[in-house]
Amino acid sequence: MAQRAGVVVFPGTNCEHDVVEAFARLGVPAELVWHGARSLSGFDVVVLPGGFAHGDYLRPGAIARFSPVMSAVADFAAAGGPVVGICNGFQVLTEARLLPGALQKNKGLTFVCQVTELEVASDRSALTAGVEVGRRLRVPINHFEGNFTAAPEVLRALEDEGRVVLRYLDNPNGSAHDIAGVCNGLGNVVGLMPHPERATSELLGSTDGLVLLGALLASAGAPPAMVPA
Amino acid sequence: MYAVMWSEHCSYKSSRRHLRRLPTQGPEVLVGPGENAGVIDAGDGIAVAIRIESHNHPSAIEPYQGAATGVGGIIRDIFTMGARPVALMDPLRFGPPGDARNRWVATGVVSGISGYGNAVGVPTVGGELEFASCYAGNPLVNVLCCGLLPKDRLVFGRAGGEGNLAVLLGSTTGRDGIGGVSVLASAAFTDDVEAEAAKRPNVQVGDPYEEKRLIEATLELLDKHLVFGIQDLGGAGLTCATSETASRGGVGMDVDVDAVPLREPGLEPFEIMTSESQERMLAIVGPADLEAVTEVCRRWEVRATVVGRVTTTGRLRILKGWHGEVLADVPAASLHEDAPNYDRPMRRPAWLDERLADDPARLAPPTSPSELAEDLASLLADPAWAFRQYDHQLFLNTVVAPGADAAVLRLSAPGVRPSSGADVRGMALSTDGSPRWCALDPRAGTRLVVAESALNVACAGARPVALVNCLNFGNPEHPEVMWQLSEAIDGMAEACTALGIPVVGGNVSLYNESNGTDIDPTPVVGMLGLIDRLRPGVPTPAFVPGSRVVLLGPNGSGAVSLAGSRWAAERRGHLGGHLAALDLALHARLLALVAGLVDERLVDGVHDISDGGLGVALAEMMVKSGTGCRLGPVAGYAELFGEGPSRVLVSVPPAWLATVRERSSEAGVPATDLGVGGGDTLVIHGLLELSLADALSSWRGALSAQFSVR
Repeated sequence: MAQRAGVVVFPGTNCEHDVVEAFARLGVPAELVWHGARSLSGFDVVVLPGGFAHGDYLRPGAIARFSPVMSAVADFAAAGGPVVGICNGFQVLTEARLLPGALQKNKGLTFVCQVTELEVASDRSALTAGVEVGRRLRVPINHFEGNFTAAPEVLRALEDEGRVVLRYLDNPNGSAHDIAGVCNGLGNVVGLMPHPERATSELLGSTDGLVLLGALLASAGAPPAMVPA
Repeated sequence: MYAVMWSEHCSYKSSRRHLRRLPTQGPEVLVGPGENAGVIDAGDGIAVAIRIESHNHPSAIEPYQGAATGVGGIIRDIFTMGARPVALMDPLRFGPPGDARNRWVATGVVSGISGYGNAVGVPTVGGELEFASCYAGNPLVNVLCCGLLPKDRLVFGRAGGEGNLAVLLGSTTGRDGIGGVSVLASAAFTDDVEAEAAKRPNVQVGDPYEEKRLIEATLELLDKHLVFGIQDLGGAGLTCATSETASRGGVGMDVDVDAVPLREPGLEPFEIMTSESQERMLAIVGPADLEAVTEVCRRWEVRATVVGRVTTTGRLRILKGWHGEVLADVPAASLHEDAPNYDRPMRRPAWLDERLADDPARLAPPTSPSELAEDLASLLADPAWAFRQYDHQLFLNTVVAPGADAAVLRLSAPGVRPSSGADVRGMALSTDGSPRWCALDPRAGTRLVVAESALNVACAGARPVALVNCLNFGNPEHPEVMWQLSEAIDGMAEACTALGIPVVGGNVSLYNESNGTDIDPTPVVGMLGLIDRLRPGVPTPAFVPGSRVVLLGPNGSGAVSLAGSRWAAERRGHLGGHLAALDLALHARLLALVAGLVDERLVDGVHDISDGGLGVALAEMMVKSGTGCRLGPVAGYAELFGEGPSRVLVSVPPAWLATVRERSSEAGVPATDLGVGGGDTLVIHGLLELSLADALSSWRGALSAQFSVR
């Protein structure tokens, strides 16, 4: 049962408190886990939140993949534990080879912060299990390097195996196949550029992010108990 | 050390005597001007810290780093007070974008704000973007930061306690930014390209990753009550931080230059003491707490080095080794407080009467409805080119994003959650300036700017509670500039006093001059408003099909003027005539009326009428909502483009029309029913028709054509 969520904090991460607040809204306590941690035991779900881990120096995620916590993340994932990387967390997961592909600079060569419309492309992931394929969600993006790319055979495999989890309806960054999120072969490791935690209350203009985070907590074993906003 | 501390930038030597005339007291003011930031009591045990600064000159020389380090500097001013920085605003003014160099500056500045602000983890929630020829050689890059703190975490930049240690936190000290405040910020630009390029090393280089760790480490130190006082290192570097903390605490300090961690070998002691290397703080720590401080810093990977000791002598001594040579020995307070206080000559500009007599009534009017529509469309510009490059959502606070009259945020931050109260509380922020109004009449123009800023936060349903100012002016050695500055301060004082809004902080940027030509006077204000119950569905600039379009405030020919208007400037290249008059008593009643209507949701759209006049306000409501409107007659182009204070457009559901009229009449504010929302065209009977499609293409294309977005 998902009773505890771990939210990994690298130096330079900045969305950790927002993810904790979003989980609290779904009734699940989340704890911050410093990047020096070597174990994730006791957690039912692990999130790598957005930000600029290690300043994004060299390239986003390139240094973070060497942080001690990443071996623990790999072990947690290998044991089937659900791991979600949001934005910078997605970049870290690709650098750590826990997810395929890479995220290059946006096609427009600027940072882009805006609300995007997404379509759920597969329910074969921990983040979308039980969510109707084709469902549309309004969730913001906030990145400079969110342009997903991969070798043609990798893209083909992602499509064939239902591992493209989310797609943009109006591609904001040049991503191949309009990809906004992908998962690994088992579906337990998911990366997405949009920020579901930023769409978790009416006050912020959308609660669609709760659909994804709720599905994640449910797939980790616990039916999410909605806490009124 | 005296050269940097007594520079115009650090000492306010030309402006100090004038700034005293501003009202700084108010029931909610916890900290007024003179500290690193102003602090307002927001209730519920929460306080708001707010400050605005300029980084004009560095940004002119090196746009990316100039703007980036401006962001870094203002953020440090906020967390120095114990506040978690939660919002940035960037009022930006550049030369016209048709010129390649102006585009280079604007692109670099916006990238710098984006690159630093996003990575350091503070959302940029609004600002301004204005283009005018007077800024071609000297752009204005102002930046406001706002932070939240539990009231009991408030801390000051002062030293005390003999034997306490001065601990330098953060980055190493290098040769960047030496003389930044004196060489750059306190001197004018010329057209000697080589000489200006040679100033590039005076611009600092920012590292947002270092600053992010410094924020977290500092807030943790303050949470654990491990520091006595703390001060950021900005202009004039260690000299400023050591002398100011000592002077404010009435103590002295010994500083060992050999203890300062250096970025490169061979720095001279004067370079170490005046370097403006970024991302550094000076914490005053009791010897018993040093180990705990070091431990917190180690975890955040922040360098912490003892570089000084508090003494009781009142003197700042710079030593080479604790027991080594005394390199300098001066009274700390003299650096901080004894700077000259100039009474510079002032003179009303000789050309002003001629300019005031140049009545815009002589301008050629638009000759046809289609020309009028073309004029209107040309005044539309979507600033999304800039703000979509800024993270404006972090911390889940942003309820109204950039692009409305004011940004609206939840009053909440990590570690600073409001106590019990059933209602979500909020704050509204707006920054405003108008060089055209202030060029014609700096006193009346500044009054109008304050009034407009207050109205912007009222349109978000907020009560304005405090103001910070960034006074951007030309060369103070020109008596005309000093007159403009003095008049602007008087105008600000008049408006703030009448509206009951205290000035809690500010910044003066002088020498904004290139090739001997001063910029138009540009006092920029940042307004903070509080919202007691923040609920979804805050009305924004929008028409709603079937809702009435009502103008609150004065209407008719006397209410507005084409003098200093955008239409006159941009369509006729004209700047002259007399501004419309401001009735501050009426304005105060309008503020309360509008905030109440918005709070009670008696309106479903609201927009302050400001630059560009009624026409631009209507067109903006159309493009932002995708809905047009159909209005009765408006007298003519002068009423459409004329600009005047205390005017707001509201969209009123028919069911509430009678209530809104009643409230307006109780408040003594005129209300004029102009027409009804709906359709896909802005129709003003007998005057003009502008289709949504044409307006959108002009609005969206205005900047993207110049700055190729995608």
